[in-house]
Amino acid sequence: MSKKMQIQAKINGRGVDFLCEPRQSLLEVLRDELRLTGSKEGCNNGNCGACNVLLDGKLVNACLVLGVEVQGRSVTTIEGVASPGGLHPLQQKFLEHAALQCGICTPGFIVAAKALLDQKSKPTEHEVRHWLAGNLCRCTGYDKIVRAVLDAAKQ
Amino acid sequence: MTKTTDYRVIGTRPIRHDGVDKVTGRAVYGGDVQMAGLLHGRVLRSPHAHARIRGIHVHKALALAGVEAVVTGEDMPEAGTRVAELGEGAIVVKHLSNNTLARDKVLYKGHAVAAVAATSPQIAEEALNLIEVDYQPLPVVIDVREAMRDDAPLVHDDLITESLGKSTGKPSNIAKHFQFKLGDLEKGLAAAEVVIEREFHTATVHQGYIEPNNATAVYNPDGNVTIWSSTQGAFTVRAQVAELLDMPISRVKVIPTEIGGGFGGKIRVYLEPVAVLLSRKSGKPVKVLMNRADVFEATGPTPGSFIRVKLAADREGRLTAAQAYLAYEAGAYPGSPVGAGAMCVFACYDVPNVVIDGYDVVVNKPATSAYRAPGATNAAFAVETVIDEICEKLKIDPLDFRIKNGAKEGTRRADGPVYPRIGMIETCEAAKKHPHYKAPLSGPQRGRGVASGFWFNIGLKSSATASVNADGTVSLVEGSTDIGGTRTSIAMQLAEALGIAAEDVRPVVGDTEGVGYTDVTGGSRVTFATGWAAYEAAQDIKRQMIARAAQIWDVKPDDVSYEDGILQSRTDRSKRFTFRELAGQLHATGGTIVGRASVDPPCVGGSFATHIVDVEVDPETGKVAILRYTAVQDVGKAIHPSYVEGQMQGGAVQGIGWALNEEYVYNEKGVMTNASFLDYRMPTSLDLPMIDTVLVEVPNPGHPYGVRGVGEVPIVPPPGAIANAIHKAIGVRMCELPMSPGRVAKAVLAASR
Repeated sequence: MSKKMQIQAKINGRGVDFLCEPRQSLLEVLRDELRLTGSKEGCNNGNCGACNVLLDGKLVNACLVLGVEVQGRSVTTIEGVASPGGLHPLQQKFLEHAALQCGICTPGFIVAAKALLDQKSKPTEHEVRHWLAGNLCRCTGYDKIVRAVLDAAKQ
Repeated sequence: MTKTTDYRVIGTRPIRHDGVDKVTGRAVYGGDVQMAGLLHGRVLRSPHAHARIRGIHVHKALALAGVEAVVTGEDMPEAGTRVAELGEGAIVVKHLSNNTLARDKVLYKGHAVAAVAATSPQIAEEALNLIEVDYQPLPVVIDVREAMRDDAPLVHDDLITESLGKSTGKPSNIAKHFQFKLGDLEKGLAAAEVVIEREFHTATVHQGYIEPNNATAVYNPDGNVTIWSSTQGAFTVRAQVAELLDMPISRVKVIPTEIGGGFGGKIRVYLEPVAVLLSRKSGKPVKVLMNRADVFEATGPTPGSFIRVKLAADREGRLTAAQAYLAYEAGAYPGSPVGAGAMCVFACYDVPNVVIDGYDVVVNKPATSAYRAPGATNAAFAVETVIDEICEKLKIDPLDFRIKNGAKEGTRRADGPVYPRIGMIETCEAAKKHPHYKAPLSGPQRGRGVASGFWFNIGLKSSATASVNADGTVSLVEGSTDIGGTRTSIAMQLAEALGIAAEDVRPVVGDTEGVGYTDVTGGSRVTFATGWAAYEAAQDIKRQMIARAAQIWDVKPDDVSYEDGILQSRTDRSKRFTFRELAGQLHATGGTIVGRASVDPPCVGGSFATHIVDVEVDPETGKVAILRYTAVQDVGKAIHPSYVEGQMQGGAVQGIGWALNEEYVYNEKGVMTNASFLDYRMPTSLDLPMIDTVLVEVPNPGHPYGVRGVGEVPIVPPPGAIANAIHKAIGVRMCELPMSPGRVAKAVLAASR
């Protein structure tokens, strides 16, 4: 068993110290050590986007980042998307548009869409579809997800 | 029946009750279950598609620091020859037991042979590498037609073929051959102007739910076990675990967590019994997870198939005869959905003379499970393609042909049933009127196709309990795990019946000790049957509210009316309570009111769908792009239209994936070579346009609100519709799924020679 390392990072705006083995992924750290289970494991090899988080504002698959790599960096997970005052517009629009069925892919989609809107406030439908092509949803056929993101962009 | 326009809640689009939990990451799915002292379980799987197990040596794994238990097939009780009803049909218990943990033989790559519980997932995975299994590889058979040959390797030495209801006394890979007959096939063929017969192949495909299977179990020293699982049915998990581990059902409590997709693939147990065995051995809670490759290689899939369809029509374009030969791969154990496929194959049409032969065939692939309208999509691909060819020959519009030949009230299906009021023809008429069908489609290599589909839907048993709260809300406990918004569609039916707002119902999904027996979330039954249970629970509440108002007012219950959530004395109109006012008085007037219901409704309404698709084919690469898609469906009555649309869109897109890309690719050793999301190519947002929906409402006369199941039928038409569109685009008939770029390019080349 490998030795645990102490890592300091900012998770959802708060300074956090945690211990992790060098072989643990950020996704394992978030879920198993920090109990932030909103980031989901769908494939564990970067193909489905269910574990999407923002690392220093950039969209990554948490399953492809090692826990030790976030030393001194900032991570935003789905748990950090809403403000204490209420839901993020994307979250609100996902609800209004019924853009989720089982909901397992929803955290990843919302984090990914947030990353898009953070850099491009008025994307076209094609840009939304292109950006979200790294996120798999098996329930909705994407129609309502794309509509929710486009509607949120209007806010 | 209440008129549609009278509804106050039904047909509206409230925010789903569990929505905020799901958009904030707070909803707890099976993989999210945490508890003190939790061990992590992993399963060792066979590298061979077919092999005898000569021995399993676990001592090195047990010696690894952090490993707390190892189990193998030897830990499963002997199942004998029992057959049990455990969810969706009868099952040979030994098959389910051996599928959970193999005993003498492994029958497919990925077959579970042992499992480990350790203090971390990493240690558990290391320990798997230390288990030594001595395999004697055996010849492999993975294709249905190969498996049916007399000289094929036998998947089971003791599987005796049943043919037309009788044992043949002979072992083979054909578990069962059955036949449906209607009228006189030869007479129908003789009356025809056009007879077309074609052969079709469809690949094995997976349900593709994003959340891998999981189970957590705690075995207590008193012999009681608690299981948390992402399952389509807590009660079927209870029944299967009890049966497999030889425990009374009362010792097994199943708590259904949120579930990340299932589509039929999360009904059979895989990990739950293993988690229980590991917990019993270690004395600690154990969570067992699959990885994505495990999911592909060991769960699901839906069968690959070989289908031959012959259709005959007279000069006026009326179908005179139909014949089908359906051979479906069951996977490692008998039980493919070929029965359903055979019942569905001609179900959209009124054909007087029919013969259908079905074959359930075992092969060295994972045991197939239900997948959204199981069996129907394979069959529809074949029949809808031949219908299109007949229309082409007779120069009839394909929707006119379907309107002329469509099944309607009174039509007898070849397997026996006579339809009540159904909406097949209405879907075709709505498709014909839709702007999509009339829109010009120009440009080279572009084509438009249509196809229809049918699925039965099921009823089965559901329970609900509803308690009136002092603030006028109602807490609803129902037994159907919510896989796509059904808490809300059920709550809305309770709200409608009580005359209160959807938001004033607080629905939760009960565990096996918190709610009455409820069958699986499957068969498009939940909004229909569990919604009906909620409706009945509301009637129970209404009766008691009327009695309470009568008691308070000192009048006879007959004197109290209840309408739109208002209770009023018929003789003294000044005596009046809103639901909320009376709810506030319950505690002081005898206690709260609890409504309850358990139903087993018989009158399920079958559902029909007709889809229109425009494609563009790149003749060089063979890639097919979906330009425009419209799904028309008879939904009975849409309780929450947004989620009905969502079912139609999601089903259509699964059908598009099945049509164009998805397949299990096997090498000659029977090993799946594309067991990842990257290589098993499901549709992404970039592959698709918006999916337009048309909700045709032909109310089901057998349901208080006219509900029909809506979830499954939308997967049925896409492969046929797309094949027909490809033919229009490039003049080539595709008879094999998936119609992936390689196959289409090859077909284009072949046609140009």
